[in-house]
Amino acid sequence: MQTNRGDILDALGQHVGLTVQAVALATVVALPLAALAHVHPRLAGPVLGFSGALYTIPSLALFALIYPFLLDARLSVLIGLVMYALLVLVRNVLVGLQGVPEDVRDAARGLGYGRARLLLTVELPHAVPAVMAGLRLATVTTVALATIGVVVGYGGLGQLMFRGFQSDYHAEILTAALLCVALALVADGLLRLLGRAVTPWLRAGSVR
Amino acid sequence: MAARRVGPVIRTSVAGDAVTWLNDPLNWTGPSGIPARLVEHLGMSAVAVLLAAVVALPVGVWLGHARRGGGVAVMLANASRALPTLALLLIFASTAIGFGNRATVVAAAVFAVPPILTNAVTGLLGVDPDVRDAARGMGLSPTRSLLQMELPLALPLLAAGLRTATVQVIATIPLAALVGGGGLGPIIVSGFANRRFGQVLAGAVLVTAVCLLAEAVLAVAQRAVTPAGLRPARARRVRGIAPGTVRGSNEHAAVPSPQESA
Repeated sequence: MQTNRGDILDALGQHVGLTVQAVALATVVALPLAALAHVHPRLAGPVLGFSGALYTIPSLALFALIYPFLLDARLSVLIGLVMYALLVLVRNVLVGLQGVPEDVRDAARGLGYGRARLLLTVELPHAVPAVMAGLRLATVTTVALATIGVVVGYGGLGQLMFRGFQSDYHAEILTAALLCVALALVADGLLRLLGRAVTPWLRAGSVR
Repeated sequence: MAARRVGPVIRTSVAGDAVTWLNDPLNWTGPSGIPARLVEHLGMSAVAVLLAAVVALPVGVWLGHARRGGGVAVMLANASRALPTLALLLIFASTAIGFGNRATVVAAAVFAVPPILTNAVTGLLGVDPDVRDAARGMGLSPTRSLLQMELPLALPLLAAGLRTATVQVIATIPLAALVGGGGLGPIIVSGFANRRFGQVLAGAVLVTAVCLLAEAVLAVAQRAVTPAGLRPARARRVRGIAPGTVRGSNEHAAVPSPQESA
């Protein structure tokens, strides 16, 4: 354990780095994309259909599709993870935006809000719970998916698991697996707290 | 087996190599040819889905019928998301279950349970209580009510669960390559090992194509098994004209569209 500490920390760092970057990048891309699909409903069908089709591509195959062109392990895994997270997020944001009650929209329009102002000050805040739910889902799946990066040699904790398998060292597989689950749970918990923090109105409203 | 390089100096693009690999007759014949691998891949997938269905369908149907277990199903689905497939696969492969295909099939089956189970539970929970009341009022025993009313009504979601699980399993089976198993995965993994990226790309394209194809075929199949009155698009209008088509159309006529009652 003492000597493995460095390896474990390295792998964990790699894993966390991949996850955070992937989810952050995906969020930055997903919000405008979903907003666009929302403002132009004609785009919503193709966007959702395309993302659904992409989601059926196995992660192993996706990494294998990207790597030969880039020949950069970290970048390939990162792009793959961003794509999967993106699909989850776009879907959730879009659902959140579409879930805004028509009355609320009418009220805003009646107050003279333009399309952009309606989107930014009424619809987006309204969609925050759905966005947060998407963010949590995307993060948890990204943590699990990152392990598949072993096929290109950059899988964070997956790397440890695979090494443990190859040297028939069960403790190493189990340690990495448990760390992976723990990482997913911690990330999920943090995001839930963040979600509570950014939606104070939900707590104030729910008098139970 | 090896991708023959035609004009290696000029043709250095990976995509070109992939096309070459896919056009090599050697890759289409024999025990490690693409057809044999595909058959093995689909066979492994079928076993995994069957295993999962045998466990998940009865349990899910029973939980939903008994009106409980919604929470358990959701919890299971969430927990399975946090556990990496690779971890379970490697743990199985390094224990008594053994190397290769068997470990992969079992791991894929484990991850296929949550979608089948949750969909079965939600499908049966979604049956309108009025329909169950009507069944009881007509003197149907709980078993008959389950078999003749609730199951047909839950069929679309049961089918959806099986479809999700199947596509997911087909997408998971390539991981077998990491533990010395078969299927289409080894094309990719051995390509990486030998730094033949054309072969890697060709393998990835094959796996992707199989997944997309399976998804499309199953979408059609799901629609086919869904009773006419329950099909999603314009369900209400279809229901209006549907009565008298087949035996059991009365049951379907009694169903309000799932979400909205307003």
